[in-house]
Formats: sequence, C-alpha cells, structure tokens
Amino acid sequence: MTFNIYDFTSFNQWIDKGLNSIMSPTWALVTEWVIIGVVFLLFYAVVGLFLVYAERKVCAFMQNRVGPNRVGPYGIFQTIADFIKLLMKELVYIKDSDKLLFNIAPFIVIIASFMALSAVPFAKGLHAIDFDIGILYVIAVSSLGVVGILLAGWSSNNKYSLIGAIRSGAQIVSYELSVGLSLLTIIVLAGTMQFSEIVEMQRNGWFIFKGHIPAVIAFVIFLIASTAETNRGPFDLAEAESELTAGFHTEYSGIKFAFFFLAEYMNMFLVASIAATVFWGGWMPFHISGWEGFNHIMDYIPPFVWYVGKTGFIIWLMMLFKWTFPRLRIDQLLTLEWKYLLPINLVNILVMAFLVLMHWHF
Amino acid sequence: MKEIINLPVSKIEEEEYHINMGPQHPSTHGVLRLVVSLQGEMVKSLKPHCGYIHRGIEKMCEKDTYPQLIHLTDRIDYLSAHINNHAVCLLVEKALEIEVPERVKYIRTIMDELARIQSHQLWWSSFGMDLGGLTCFFYGLRDREMILDIWEETTGSRFLQSYNCPGGVMQDLHPNFQKRVHAFIKTFKKKIKDYDRILSGNVIFEQRSQGVGMLSKEDAISYGVTGPSGRGSGWSCDIRKNEPYSMYGQVQFNEVLRYGCDTYSRYMVRMQEMHESMNIIEQLIDNIPAGDYSAKMKAVIKLPAGEYYQKVESARGELGLYVVSDGNKTPYRMKFRTPSFSNLSVLDHISRGMKIADLVAIGASLDLVIPDIDR
Repeated sequence: MTFNIYDFTSFNQWIDKGLNSIMSPTWALVTEWVIIGVVFLLFYAVVGLFLVYAERKVCAFMQNRVGPNRVGPYGIFQTIADFIKLLMKELVYIKDSDKLLFNIAPFIVIIASFMALSAVPFAKGLHAIDFDIGILYVIAVSSLGVVGILLAGWSSNNKYSLIGAIRSGAQIVSYELSVGLSLLTIIVLAGTMQFSEIVEMQRNGWFIFKGHIPAVIAFVIFLIASTAETNRGPFDLAEAESELTAGFHTEYSGIKFAFFFLAEYMNMFLVASIAATVFWGGWMPFHISGWEGFNHIMDYIPPFVWYVGKTGFIIWLMMLFKWTFPRLRIDQLLTLEWKYLLPINLVNILVMAFLVLMHWHF
Repeated sequence: MKEIINLPVSKIEEEEYHINMGPQHPSTHGVLRLVVSLQGEMVKSLKPHCGYIHRGIEKMCEKDTYPQLIHLTDRIDYLSAHINNHAVCLLVEKALEIEVPERVKYIRTIMDELARIQSHQLWWSSFGMDLGGLTCFFYGLRDREMILDIWEETTGSRFLQSYNCPGGVMQDLHPNFQKRVHAFIKTFKKKIKDYDRILSGNVIFEQRSQGVGMLSKEDAISYGVTGPSGRGSGWSCDIRKNEPYSMYGQVQFNEVLRYGCDTYSRYMVRMQEMHESMNIIEQLIDNIPAGDYSAKMKAVIKLPAGEYYQKVESARGELGLYVVSDGNKTPYRMKFRTPSFSNLSVLDHISRGMKIADLVAIGASLDLVIPDIDR
C-alpha cells in the first residue's frame, strides 16, 4: 500500500482490494458504504463544530470581543460543551403541532446537506461519488432542504415560524435560479458537469482567471445567491432574530434545534466547497501555464490543504459580510434577485458562451 | 375579481391574523406588547398594550419627599436618568425661587449632554441590531462604556446616578473629570466615523430606512412626537433651544432638524445630535467656574401650595413634570409627561401598510424605552 497525501486513489484501491480479499464482493461493497457513511458523519460533526467555533471567533474579532476563551485552550472546546448541553436538553413538544412533520423536518434539512456534500471532491481520489452530472445533483439535492424548513414552520403551530418558513420558501426558490445559472456559466466554460473533470480542467489556471470577467461576475453572483440560499445574514430572513424571534426553528429545542443549527453551517461549508471547486479549482494547486518551476513548487502543497484553504477563505468572506451588513427586507430581497441578479446572470451566460465560441478564454 | 369586491367587510378582515409582538420579543426592548394585525407580511394595524412594567412611580412620588423622589425619577427613563433628575431639581428650585451656583449649572449641563450621548449610543446599537447588523451593538456599547466610567468616578454610580439634588449636585466633580471627558470626546469623534461607515452609508440600511414610516410634521405635532423623532419631521421642538434652562441659553449649538420625515431622518437627527452634544460639552468643560457645588438648602423642602410645571429635553423628547403641592413636604399629585408614551402613540399611524421588518425599524427609530412608557 502506498499512502500518498497527493493522491488518494491508490489508498482507496488498497482498501477495496483488502476488503474484497476477505469477504464476498457484495459484502465488501456494503462495508465500504458503511465506512464512507461513518467517515462522513465524523467529518460532518467535526466541520460543524469547527465552523461554529470559527464563526464565534470571527464575529468576536469583528465586534471587539475576545470570543470563547474559557473551555480549553483558546476556547476550542466551547462548541463541544455546547453540543453536549444541546444533547441533554429537553425536547419540547408543542401543543396542536403536527407531530410527524415536526419531527421529520430537522432530518430533512440535515439529510439534504449531507447528501449534497457526498458529491464534493475533497482531494485527488478523495471523492465519495463522482457523478457525471455532479453539479446538477448538488443543486437538486441541496434545494431539498427548503422542504424541511417549510415543514418546520408549518408544523410548529406558531405564526412566527410560519412567516419565517414562507419567507424562506420564497427566498430559496428565487435564489436557486441564480445559483443554478451562475454555475451554468462555468459549465458552459468547462463543458462538463462532473466535478472531477471540472477540477482537472483547472490544472493550468483556475476558472475564475480563465473565464475572464464573466467568471468573476458569476462568482460574485454565486456568493450572494448561495448566502441567501443558506439563510445566512444579510439574507437571514427566515430566522430574522429581531423580527420573528427565531423564525422557522422558534419552537425547536435540544438536539432538533442543533440539527438546524448544524445544517446551517454545513450548508455554508457546502456552498463554499462548491464555489471553491467550480471557481477556484477545488483541490487543484495554483498553476500558471508556462511557469513550470512555480507550478512544481505549488504541487508540493497537498491538495487537501488547497481545498481547505480555499473553502475556508470563502467561508471567512461569508462570515465577514454576515457580521457587517444589516438584514434586507423580503421585498428588497426578491427585487435583488429578480430585477438584478437574474438578468445579469442571463446576459453573463450569453457573454460566456460567446467567449467560449470565439476561444477567447485562456 | 368581482367576488372579492362584493365580499362583506367582515369577510375581508378574516384574511387578517394577529400576532403578539411582545411582551417578550427581541425588538421591543422591554416588556411592551404590540398586538399586530397582519395581512401576509403587511401590517394592517397595531395596538400597543402597556402596563407590563408599570410600577406606579407617580403614586409612589406622592409619599416621598422631594429629595427622595429624585431616586424614583431615575427609573422612569433609565437611559436619561440624569436629565430626569435635572427636571425635578429645576422644578423645586423654580418653586422655591432658589438661584443655584453657576458651577452647578455647568455640571448639570455637561452631565445632561453626556447622558444624551450615551443614550443615543445605546439607541444606535440597538437600532443596528434591530435591522440585523449585530456588530453595531458592540460598537455602541464599547464607546458608551467610557461615559459610564466617567460617571462612576464622579457620581459613584454607572447607570442610575441620582446625582442631582435640589439646589445643586450631591458632591463635587472628581479631579479627573475634565481630563476624562476630554479623552472621551477625542476618542468618540474618531469612533463616530465608524458608526457612519458601518451603518449610515450602507446601501441596505438606506433602503431599509428611507421612505419607511413617514411621519408628517402635522402628525408629529398632533400626536406630540417630540425629541429627535419629531425633529426628524422638521418640527422645531428642542426645549434646550426654545425655553433654555441651565447653561443652554449661553452655549452655541444648532438644533438638528431634518425634513425627510422618515426613519432615515430620525436616524440622522440622532447621529447629528451626538456631534452637537459633544460641541456643547467642549464649550463648557474648560470653563467650569469654581464655587459651591450646591446652594444652601433647608433640611426639609416644602413647596408652596400651587401647581408647577417644568419641562426639559430628555434624550427621547420633551419630559414634562407637573406637580400639585398643598404646601407639604411631599407632592399632592405628580404627573410625568414622558416622551416615549407620546412617541409610542404614533406607531400605529405610521406603520400601517408597512412590512413587519419595517415595523421593527420604525419602532427602533422612535427610540422607545418601555419603563418610560409605563412608569
């Protein structure tokens, strides 16, 4: 076995071979599924906990505060302590609420983000499923989350929750268009929807540089629209703390609330991953075609580090503007989407198609 | 379409639903309950229900002597506690025809303006928070801390000072006072630019506040919306300017007026007022005359029988104090005309037809303090 942090393909093949040699192919496959599931769950929990901690530190940095610094060194165990607290809290059942939908809703939200994450390439060969329609799959699955939010708001038997859910329905359905169209701009450039190929095509330059201005515009639109889609500030109308107390999850407590909370951060991680993969080359190191020496040095940094660095940078951007901007109003939010982002996006795709036709891209 | 037009009014009203904003709600800043009638997100009407923090301060004042009831006035509008105290002292001094030393006037005016600045700072913080900009809250509180420290040093208390007493102030200024006020003004003049950068100039903020909650000058006058909220509608209602008391007649300052009538104007009036307050303090702080910090007062203060009225400009508007005395050491009847109560009354009028998010912004722009409403 050759464990290589630059390429996980041989490592995966080694596990596959090893499992197949000790059990029948069917059981080997099932075991692999279980292993992948467990690894993802662990990854999910670790990333969620880390992001909550990171958000607290970033927001403390923005707000002249210190942030968590009591539990463990630099407060790194604060989120774990909070998670344990949430686990032990009582699950409050609301009178006259729709019990079934009320209980299902958090799972739908978290499963949607979980499923979408499975298509993301983390490093070379570190890829749960490599669909040939990867982007379409991610868009389709991640938009399932809104069903959970709508159900949560509807079944809570609370008017604040309902308003929050309806807002979020209008918001996510609208911004889904912009997310889809801005990704489509890059698909026009790449000519494929498969994540592994998209990453591979950025070997000699990331798409944000290759695609000239249309790619930059698409990235900015994607960043705005995906922030709206994940219900984060300044588009956190579904929660709108100062208006609707906590919006769609007002009535949730304990671990169910934690699910919504975790799903928000996982969605943020997901959209940052997609943005990093599609626009910034995913795990692909920074290459400039022609500069062989420079490219060679860049290759020494492991792909996973590149991926985490890019994703982290985009998450950091999203956190910065969450803690800077005031919240939009629902009509302004929809105006932004339908009157500005969508027309710009449509024109942008045409420009990009023209660029590709004329071979003006790098 | 025809069916909808022919529906009886009661049927249309069934489309509405009510939500209770408060008594526990993040953006009512206290225990105010607004029964909001909504159609979708649109506010059709709202009904404020007061009284959740009613403590009967007016009644309690009837059994307290004048020096004692100063401590109760702190609790009306806790953010301009010093100004409330000032009003009582002015009233008592007017009734007894006592001339207070110049030094006292200077101290009171400076303290009033510090109170106004810190009140506006806290208002700005919560305004930002109500609009979803959580960072504003910490910026405002950070700078407010400096004023609280100044107060702690001189008055011994950070929040409810009860520093004024009939005839003067409780004790003399701390030797560090002038130095620290200078330091505060120097710092805050830099920091207030941050306020503008993070909120005032923001596109989202301008969209959220411009043209929202239109309060015409006529409405402001007829509802009695005083203070910065009224001045945002172009109504010149600054008592410091119109009926000067203490040192306000002798300092140069502008009455901040805006004619936009919307949330943005009310916001800008307060932002500008902080500059004006600093301007007033700068004129006074270096010239505080030496002398007594209190006039000679009798041990027992008895107001001559009669009716007295004194109004001052608190951070929220006109604070009126009406006292009926029967010649005893306690007032026969005491009535506060609190600015927040009148300002709340206009909320229904100006938020009709607006969204819920606008209602929150309008409520924040009126700068309501709930204990000031309920007393």
